Amino acid sequence: MSETKPLLQSPSVDFDHRNFDWYVDKFIQSIVFIAGISAIIFIIGIFAFITIEGFGFLLEDFSFREFFLSPFWEPSDEDAPEYGILALVAGTASVTGLAMIVAIPFSLGAAIFIGEFATGKLRESLKVLVELLAAIPSVVWGFIGLSIMNPLIIDVFDVPVGLNVLNAGIILGLMAAPIMTSIAEDALKAVPDRYREAAEALGATRWQVIYKTVLPAAKNGLLGAVLLGVGRGFGETMAVLMATGHSVNIPGSVFDPVRALTATIAAELGETAVGSPHYQALFTIGIFLFIITFLINLTADLIVRGIRKG
Amino acid sequence: MVNIGLDVASMNEPAVNISSVPNTKLEVSDLTISYGNTPALSNVNFSVEEHEIFGIIGPANAGKTSFLKSLNRMDTFDSNMTVNGQILFNGLNIQNLKNIYALRSRIGVVFPLPVGLPLTIYENVALSPRLRGIKKRSELDVIVEQCLTRAALWDEVKDRLNSLGSLLSGGQQQRLTIARALSQAPDLLMLDEFSIAVDPVTTMRIEDVLKELKKDMTIILVTNLVQQARRLADRTAFFLEGECVEVGVTEELFTGEVNDQRTRDYIEGKFG
Amino acid sequence: MFAESSLNVRNKRIQNLFRILFMMMTILLIIPVIIILGTLIAKGGSIISFDFLFTDPTNGMTAGGIFPALLGTIWIVAVALLASVPLGIAAAIYLNEYAGDNWFTRIIQLAIINLAGVPSIVHALFGVGAFVIFFGFGTSILAASLTLAIMTLPVVIVSTRESLRAVPQAFREACWNMGATRWQTIRRVVLPNAVSGILTGIILEVSRTTGETAPIMFTGAAFFLPFLPQSVFDQTMALSLHLFVVATQVPGVPDNLPFGVALVLIAMVLLMNSISIAFRMYLRGKKKW
Repeated sequence: MSETKPLLQSPSVDFDHRNFDWYVDKFIQSIVFIAGISAIIFIIGIFAFITIEGFGFLLEDFSFREFFLSPFWEPSDEDAPEYGILALVAGTASVTGLAMIVAIPFSLGAAIFIGEFATGKLRESLKVLVELLAAIPSVVWGFIGLSIMNPLIIDVFDVPVGLNVLNAGIILGLMAAPIMTSIAEDALKAVPDRYREAAEALGATRWQVIYKTVLPAAKNGLLGAVLLGVGRGFGETMAVLMATGHSVNIPGSVFDPVRALTATIAAELGETAVGSPHYQALFTIGIFLFIITFLINLTADLIVRGIRKG
Repeated sequence: MVNIGLDVASMNEPAVNISSVPNTKLEVSDLTISYGNTPALSNVNFSVEEHEIFGIIGPANAGKTSFLKSLNRMDTFDSNMTVNGQILFNGLNIQNLKNIYALRSRIGVVFPLPVGLPLTIYENVALSPRLRGIKKRSELDVIVEQCLTRAALWDEVKDRLNSLGSLLSGGQQQRLTIARALSQAPDLLMLDEFSIAVDPVTTMRIEDVLKELKKDMTIILVTNLVQQARRLADRTAFFLEGECVEVGVTEELFTGEVNDQRTRDYIEGKFG
Repeated sequence: MFAESSLNVRNKRIQNLFRILFMMMTILLIIPVIIILGTLIAKGGSIISFDFLFTDPTNGMTAGGIFPALLGTIWIVAVALLASVPLGIAAAIYLNEYAGDNWFTRIIQLAIINLAGVPSIVHALFGVGAFVIFFGFGTSILAASLTLAIMTLPVVIVSTRESLRAVPQAFREACWNMGATRWQTIRRVVLPNAVSGILTGIILEVSRTTGETAPIMFTGAAFFLPFLPQSVFDQTMALSLHLFVVATQVPGVPDNLPFGVALVLIAMVLLMNSISIAFRMYLRGKKKW
């Protein structure tokens, strides 16, 4: 150590002046800031552009009564086109509703099993499996509804057509369940282990711990998971386009074919002339969908964050 | 007093023992630090001379670490921390500097809990030189070896400079942190209870190094070991519950020439 | 004493009951999917061959292969990645490294959540209004890819942010203490340690983008094209839309053709997801601090 020379030449640094690195940092900061706010820009942009495209309809042909209360969606009627989305809303709601009846118990049950009962390798494999299920594209689900579920429903229930609320509801339920399972499992994981340990120290069984401690503590997160599932079902397009039977109809039973809001846009946008009332009416449905899903996501976010703060 | 190096050169003096030229490195006046509404340090006034080891002793929560943080402008990382008063570093008020990064690059810090960066050992030490623009491998090699040697780590790691610095043992990481601070070739080196994570033998080696380094830089040594302050520090300040009780020449404090009874009690181990 | 232990036995029994109930639910969730995958393989496996993957469809798409659709999907995904990856990484860097914990950041996060939650068909409408009409790209790969890029942006942002967050704050502070600027810290310490996690997220995004159909239907993907795309301003066929078309729009398609297309699509998506998951597990096992 004695032979070490004077350490290093102390660099003369003037810290009352900004140097190249200082400016680079500021530059990068502005670039990433712009990227950061791009999400806001895009959300506003989406709303703005679909509103612009649908604006003519909103000004001229739009009637609140007709749009929301008429069950007749007949935009291509040359004499008296009618733009009522009631039946479409009923279609979306019935399919989403059935999907949730399928998905909610199964996804919450699976989340509890994966998060609270399963351990080690089993838990890891189940999580991977759920993640893979969530990745199956919606057009594949639609195809499954069309080619596998359809004949199955005809066979089992002895009905003439298998493309209906039941088919789309089950398909959508299977689609939404893995996503809801992961979100619900995250919510369970967010409950601190000390809650469980405290309850177990009092001699509670695993189920009592879950029922009395974990579930109440994860309540909001689970509700958020359900809401996101609803939002997802509401906005799903390809699967419901292919599995519902696609006919404008207020369903009387699960064996009735229906048509969803999203599917209507997907099926008709290609056939309409840009700027025509029909085209604009489709964009107006888009505005409606945007607002509904926005509110659902907002609510889910507020509920989930509510507990994180508390 | 913009640039001390330039001033010395322009005086055209022969390179005599620089430490004999008293030169104020750091001047602290009316320094008050608080976190939210809780004060951590109030009304501190003293100065630190160039090429001295300035010890700061005191029990926990005395405000020692907060003091170091304010010197390095770490209040910018913590929106809760407010610093009032004036700190002159090389005659410049650090509160309104245009480039605090440059300020930090001149101040080396070693914290009680060592942080080896998840880079190779070599890159841990070469990072600071690289940041200031040194690219030549041969130059970096020299710096890395020198700094690691000074931090008493070279012999242990010279054969595995390419393994991760973040996976070294605690004591080794602490020495790596010291080597990294040295690689900044700092004007001011601040050590905050560095010996907590280091074994006694290494602590003694590092203490020897610090005595050497005094020639090249100013050192502020915060320690909870009063004897360490006695061994190393030229002057020592005693902090207690956010107050700077006393600043004095270390040897005088330890031989009982104190102005405040609390200092004597602390040094004699009556509390703390 | 005796009463207590019989209560315990009862509790244990209830616990096991629920354990089995939830296990059944998990299994029931997974079984249909396995049956479905099995059916896809059984019915579509026979048609998969080198020729199927690398020749053009013939006879009004009732025979032949899927090459133009496969190639088109690669085009669309590649261009979408070029747009969304840099933007998403930069946005995540802003959120994790520069942004403070305040209302403005909350609004950005809310926007990201909503971007992921807006129905894909609404993204399609936006793509038509913005890229096809307003920016004048027409129905083209560019318009379709940009629409998809915006739609999948949250995937990149969220996964990148996760991997940035996994780098301990102490490393940043150690760097800042040496006088490194925020960017120097990010470039030299944070990003090198997050890059593999970011890559995992990108693979996941590739998988998402590959499967999307609705957003490209009206923005750039065509039912059938007799030529391959030459530039980003051309239309193209795409695998996901091709499945929709052969399953619903073309009469006289042999049974195994759409199953084959579905199988190729799902295999691509699941393969990519599996790579991403395997990569993530490998990384988790490799400790760097």
